[in-house]
Amino acid sequence: MVEKTEQVPSGNVHTLSLLVENKPAVLQRIAGLFARRGYNIESLSVGPTERPEYSRMTVVVRLTQKPVQQVVHQLQKLIPVIEVRELSPSDKIERELVLIKIKTPERNHAELRALAETYEAQIVDVSPDALMIEATGTTAKLDTLEERLESFGITELCRSGVIALERGFKTLAPPHLKGT
Amino acid sequence: MPKEKMSGAQAVVRALETEGVDWLFGMPGGTILPLYDALYGSKKLKHVLIRHEQVGGHAAEGYAHASGKVGVCMGTSGPGSTNLVTAIADAYMDSVPLVVITANVSRPLIGTDAFQESDITGITMPITKHNYLVTEPEDLARVIKEAFYIARTGRPGPVHVDIPKDVLQSRLEFEYPESIHIPGYMPPILEAPRLSEAAALVRSAQRPCIYLGGGVRSGDAYAEVTEFCELTGAPVVTTLHGKGAIPETHPQCLRMFGMHGSRYANYTIQNSDLIIALGARFDDRVTGKLATFAPEAKVVHLEVDPAEISKLVTATVPLVGELKVLLPRLSAEVRKVFAERGRPDLGPWWKRVHEWKEKYPLRIKQEGEPDILPQTAVARLWEKAQGKNPVVTTGVGEHQMWAAQFWQVSKPREFITSGGLGTMGFCLPSAIGIQLARPDATVIGIDGDGSFQMTLQDLATAVDLRLPIKIFILNNLFLGMVRQWQELFYEERFAETPLSDCPDFVKLAEAYHCLGLRAARLEDLDPVIDRALAHRDGPCIVDVRVKREEKVYPMVPAGAPLNDMIGGD
Repeated sequence: MVEKTEQVPSGNVHTLSLLVENKPAVLQRIAGLFARRGYNIESLSVGPTERPEYSRMTVVVRLTQKPVQQVVHQLQKLIPVIEVRELSPSDKIERELVLIKIKTPERNHAELRALAETYEAQIVDVSPDALMIEATGTTAKLDTLEERLESFGITELCRSGVIALERGFKTLAPPHLKGT
Repeated sequence: MPKEKMSGAQAVVRALETEGVDWLFGMPGGTILPLYDALYGSKKLKHVLIRHEQVGGHAAEGYAHASGKVGVCMGTSGPGSTNLVTAIADAYMDSVPLVVITANVSRPLIGTDAFQESDITGITMPITKHNYLVTEPEDLARVIKEAFYIARTGRPGPVHVDIPKDVLQSRLEFEYPESIHIPGYMPPILEAPRLSEAAALVRSAQRPCIYLGGGVRSGDAYAEVTEFCELTGAPVVTTLHGKGAIPETHPQCLRMFGMHGSRYANYTIQNSDLIIALGARFDDRVTGKLATFAPEAKVVHLEVDPAEISKLVTATVPLVGELKVLLPRLSAEVRKVFAERGRPDLGPWWKRVHEWKEKYPLRIKQEGEPDILPQTAVARLWEKAQGKNPVVTTGVGEHQMWAAQFWQVSKPREFITSGGLGTMGFCLPSAIGIQLARPDATVIGIDGDGSFQMTLQDLATAVDLRLPIKIFILNNLFLGMVRQWQELFYEERFAETPLSDCPDFVKLAEAYHCLGLRAARLEDLDPVIDRALAHRDGPCIVDVRVKREEKVYPMVPAGAPLNDMIGGD
């Protein structure tokens, strides 16, 4: 699959990757750091990692460079945060999942299937007057898919928020925790 | 250590004993009853019954600040814990190590809006270094061990532990952990500190200035700091919390700079070409308008908290680490560079500094003035307290700044105040904690009439303990600092700043069964100070009637450049 390059204006969208302890209230601590500074989180996804005691979070924020560095430092200070890093646009693989429900008569289904195929999306639920499309990809790709589907009448939509990993051998776990 | 069967409450008591706690401050209530019941049996822990939980928090701060140990305070669920919030926020801003223990309603009731329930961990999350809601009895010992460790290490701060009542009542196998594993706490610093680069800057600077903050106190690095200052020979300025980081009588010390610092201290840092910031955070009260702060200065910033580096002022050379460890290494590098390239000639720089110092000293214009000037009160008190092992604490306001300007600290941990949060009402509670930590010291509170009235109910606590604290209220019948701003910046529209002459502080003291004195005229001042200092049998409250409209000068208006000062010339 061909990866679509970032269409968003660069310099103000930042992807932060965090390795955190899998404990209650960690999400609140992290969200609170942004909230008290009046920063809006564009997307946030959190889930288990290869080690049950840790979770990984991917936070996408729209900020200028200096506050981002401050936020990274402040996040690092939180006790349950093991590591935090801003992922550079060229050095990361980033994906998002979207579910889109379209209310449309059956005669349009064929056209929608073809469109879905172009975006490597799948039809995951079909009923006589509606269907649901599932797609994954970069934020930019899903934005375009959304635009294309708008004319068919999107009735409901849910995006997972971005998840991302660095390319290559680098990992987020700091040296003192690796291999333990 | 063998495991022992006990209740959750007994486990807390045992953990506190193991941590070496002697004094703790609190008030019982419904949900924390099991803990007080367990405390009743402890022979090592001495509990101070305060009359309001905020006071317990500030008393624990005073205790921690004066002793260098972790302060401990407690409160019951609901209001008992929300009353602690101001003190916790204060400790967080000033990096004071506290362990705050609150009880919450039993686990099945949490989230049901039960009587005296509050989401206190949700409330204290942004004002603590860390907090815990202990939902499993077997976690209690580990959590308290971690709480003390986190509170006192790195950049110290308050840690809050909230324990549901049924966890306190549950039975558990107690074993206090020997080691600690917190994977995300204080990750090792991978980069080697750029010490030689910093030393080269020190060598090449022609107008260096050393800026000492509260980190010297919390990092217990007094000896290392004095050694470094004397090695470089540079002028030294301090923050409010840096007072005492080097003796203020030291010839290199220009004392406090910032909003109410001296002109000569402000001019020195403002005109410097190198700032060496040690354990400091470039707070707005010291930098003035940030964009114009020390425009020609490069910055070496040595600080234990990496998040403070380049937060407000970009560091030319950041040095992250413990002052006590890293500063001697910097000194060694500086010594090496001096040996190779000779010492820099700071003569011309010192000449300028001395000129400023001679031209703009901190003056007291008492001559011909019939009323007691607050500055005079502080200065006389300071003189008379010499040799009596004084420790000073203050409230927040004009009196606090006069104390900062005219009380010269010669030893560490001798000037204890609420800096970052600026909490009125800090003085009396803090004095209680200080006197318990330092029974040998003459504890002097310099307070204001507004500030004193915020926590005065705990005079009862000081009387119960027969603490010989002396609170000097610089009484101008105003919320003075706000009034000063109204006079200078709000066209003398004195909205809600005059205070009525009520209560009578002498009668109030008498009502609390302690000594109350008043100095209404200048000639009363000395005898009253003498009497207060001689009084050892319980607290003494002194109502010092000062000139009402006296203002704190010099002053940098909020948002103005640091060298753009009003008054004091």
